[in-house]
Amino acid sequence: MITAWLMAGLLFTPLAWAVLCLLLDFSRGRLVSCLGITVQVLVSLGLWVAVAREGGFLYGLGGWEAPLGIELRVDGLAVTFILLTAIVAGACGLHASVYLAPDNAWYRYFWPLFWFLWAGLNGVWLGGDLFNLYVGLELLSLSAVGLVALGGGINALRASLRYLLAALLGSMAYLLGVALMYGQFGTLSIAGIASLLPETQALVGPGMAMALMLSGLALKTALFPLHGWLPPAHGIAKSPVSALLSALVVKASFYIAARLWLEFGHELGSTAVAQLIGGLGGAAVIWGSWLACRQSQLKQVVAYSSVAQIGYLFLLFPLTFAVSDTASLQAQQGMTLQVVSHALAKAAMFLAAGNLILATGSHQVAGLAGVSHFLPFSLFSFGLAGVSLMGMPPSGGFAAKWMLLQASLASGQWWWIVVLVAGSLLSAAYVFRIYQASFVAKTGVDDFYHPPGSLEVIPLLLALMSLGLALVAEPLLSVMALSLETGGAP
Amino acid sequence: MKRILAVTLPLLASMALVLLLGASLWSIAGSQTPVNLPELLAGKMNESGVNHPVTAVLLNFRSYDTLLEIAVLVIAGITGISMARTASLEDPELRTSDSLLYALQRWFIPLMLLLAGYLLWAGADRPGGAFQAGAVLAGCGVLMRLGGIPLGFLRPGLLLRVGLGLGFAVFLLVAVLSAMAGEAFLAYPPGMTKPLIITIETVLTFSIAMVLLALFVSAPVNDAGAPGEDDS
Amino acid sequence: MTPSLLYAFAGAGLCGIGMFGFIQLRHLLRKLLAFNLIGSGTFLVLVGLAQHGQGPDAVPQALVLTGIVVSIAATALAIVLIRRYFHLSGHTSLEADDSDSGQGGAE
Repeated sequence: MITAWLMAGLLFTPLAWAVLCLLLDFSRGRLVSCLGITVQVLVSLGLWVAVAREGGFLYGLGGWEAPLGIELRVDGLAVTFILLTAIVAGACGLHASVYLAPDNAWYRYFWPLFWFLWAGLNGVWLGGDLFNLYVGLELLSLSAVGLVALGGGINALRASLRYLLAALLGSMAYLLGVALMYGQFGTLSIAGIASLLPETQALVGPGMAMALMLSGLALKTALFPLHGWLPPAHGIAKSPVSALLSALVVKASFYIAARLWLEFGHELGSTAVAQLIGGLGGAAVIWGSWLACRQSQLKQVVAYSSVAQIGYLFLLFPLTFAVSDTASLQAQQGMTLQVVSHALAKAAMFLAAGNLILATGSHQVAGLAGVSHFLPFSLFSFGLAGVSLMGMPPSGGFAAKWMLLQASLASGQWWWIVVLVAGSLLSAAYVFRIYQASFVAKTGVDDFYHPPGSLEVIPLLLALMSLGLALVAEPLLSVMALSLETGGAP
Repeated sequence: MKRILAVTLPLLASMALVLLLGASLWSIAGSQTPVNLPELLAGKMNESGVNHPVTAVLLNFRSYDTLLEIAVLVIAGITGISMARTASLEDPELRTSDSLLYALQRWFIPLMLLLAGYLLWAGADRPGGAFQAGAVLAGCGVLMRLGGIPLGFLRPGLLLRVGLGLGFAVFLLVAVLSAMAGEAFLAYPPGMTKPLIITIETVLTFSIAMVLLALFVSAPVNDAGAPGEDDS
Repeated sequence: MTPSLLYAFAGAGLCGIGMFGFIQLRHLLRKLLAFNLIGSGTFLVLVGLAQHGQGPDAVPQALVLTGIVVSIAATALAIVLIRRYFHLSGHTSLEADDSDSGQGGAE
């Protein structure tokens, strides 16, 4: 009974707050949104606890069951990501409420778009229906594009147009795959198709459908070499928006791709495809980190670092295909930890970068000279988040990479270890580059703007969470592993 | 050489796409679908509250899709008006004073309003429904606007924003009220299905027309109050 | 081979043409039109393919209606952005004057 209330609250709150904030101006929307963030965090936490205690369940919307209606799949992984979304989006929302200047008229549209974005994220984590996921993805992309374009100049418009076109093409490729799947199976439920797949003889249609869906989602996740749209969009947006996009939005399309692979990959995948996707992921790690080292603008460094960190996620594909169950499980756990730790660390990093830009008034890395002397606090959260990205213990990034490393060893695919090590070294290089720039001595005068304390605390908390993730990894992973079948506490 | 390559590569890629798609379509067409959704749908039609299967799917069986779809429309509307500057709505250049257009308007607008109403009403048992009616209604607004009627409610203000969100808000309220009554989110209470669907369709028609019209109006830009190059 | 399958094959052809246009064309409005062509092709595949064998199927028709609304919203939003972009920059394509690594939306 309580779960029914929680589910209704979870689905209702972001959408309702979006409409409510549409009617208010920025300052009032800020008050209302803080209330909404509290409600949503509580509801997400409640749902997480309920699922951790009693196991996952299916939620039929409108009271209709799967092939005819839309069923939401509320399992351990989904509620963990919902909780993660609540924490990260809540933090970004609070940061934005101080960061954005209320006197700009068009910021009143920030809150409605923010809430629609949150609704889209929850829809994607829970979705169990191929077409519903398409609508959820579009909800997400359009609100993200709206946020990037908000009140922007030429560069913001160009970045958001590029983002919009890439996102639209990606969704259309995905939808074409869905159309083929429906033609073949007559149902849109992921679980339904997964159960029908082993009995299907002609796999040409579903195979093509899978290829279309995966390539569409890879474009939306900015997998190398389809990543061209990401750095401009994430670099030009306002910092809280960049944090939301990098931490959560790109993960949504990856999550769908991973779900499809884990459900259908057994029948529809092949070693060549798995290695190809893994290879692209590996290339993204190296290329993204390399470009991050070479950027002159602070936020571009962070944005290219996202391209690299997304690459790690795609190692899931080769590490779960045709390997032992233990290796596959380790890879899945590594992937989920990487999603969680990168979301926390990257949100912290973008918010901290926003503070640094606010303080120095410059977008350039070189503009950071003297920061370490006068604003050590702002730099501290940036560095802590960097530790997690590098994968040093005891951070969440370390736990994730350790799991992936073990999975590579267990499945005999040693070449991914090279990628993991090289990626860590390169990320250390770009984090230290920022540090180096900030330690350059400057004239002895403190002419920096000092951001309010609340702006400083939020990225610090996120970075600390990302850093301490490995310490709570055990209980987290046991909840994530709760599928629908295995109810009950571990 | 580079130019030729720039044409040939996309050409080859698209042809490969068509061939692969054609092959998979051919393969799929050769087999029967293991799940027969139309049959399931026909079996549940009497519980759906409407007589037309497409409307039943849209507003009952898969109403969550429709709810999110309206949200997408509202997002587009919000982003549209966030780009618009008030002055462009009153741009004299956009007004025509064509007597033929005026004469046509006098005939067309009542007819189009009637058609919109018919489409909405027809949705219950034949092709038609909220979106079609909303699109016609928006077309009506576009005609009026081009004809120089100012349509003051389209200025970015509270009225416009209420109009954008109204249909979505009513839909959402119905969805959550049924959840409060102990049913699933979006489940209609028994016996109330038909009136609720009709209410939702009506307000949706109005809001869809508002969103489309707002997007039409906010597309032209002029120099008045262009946003500055502000950075974070 | 039923008439409805013909729609599906026509849809596949439209997807191919649209895809070519989307990659090849530089003008933003044309790119957008090409995207709409892909969209129409996809909708044709969805409706045409679903009714092979047994008569009309209401579910894909409803899905296509939803899909159309979503793509109208996206198209309208893109037009607003394109017009604003053109107004501010005077360019009709993304590549006109940008410096950094650039395929992006063209992919």
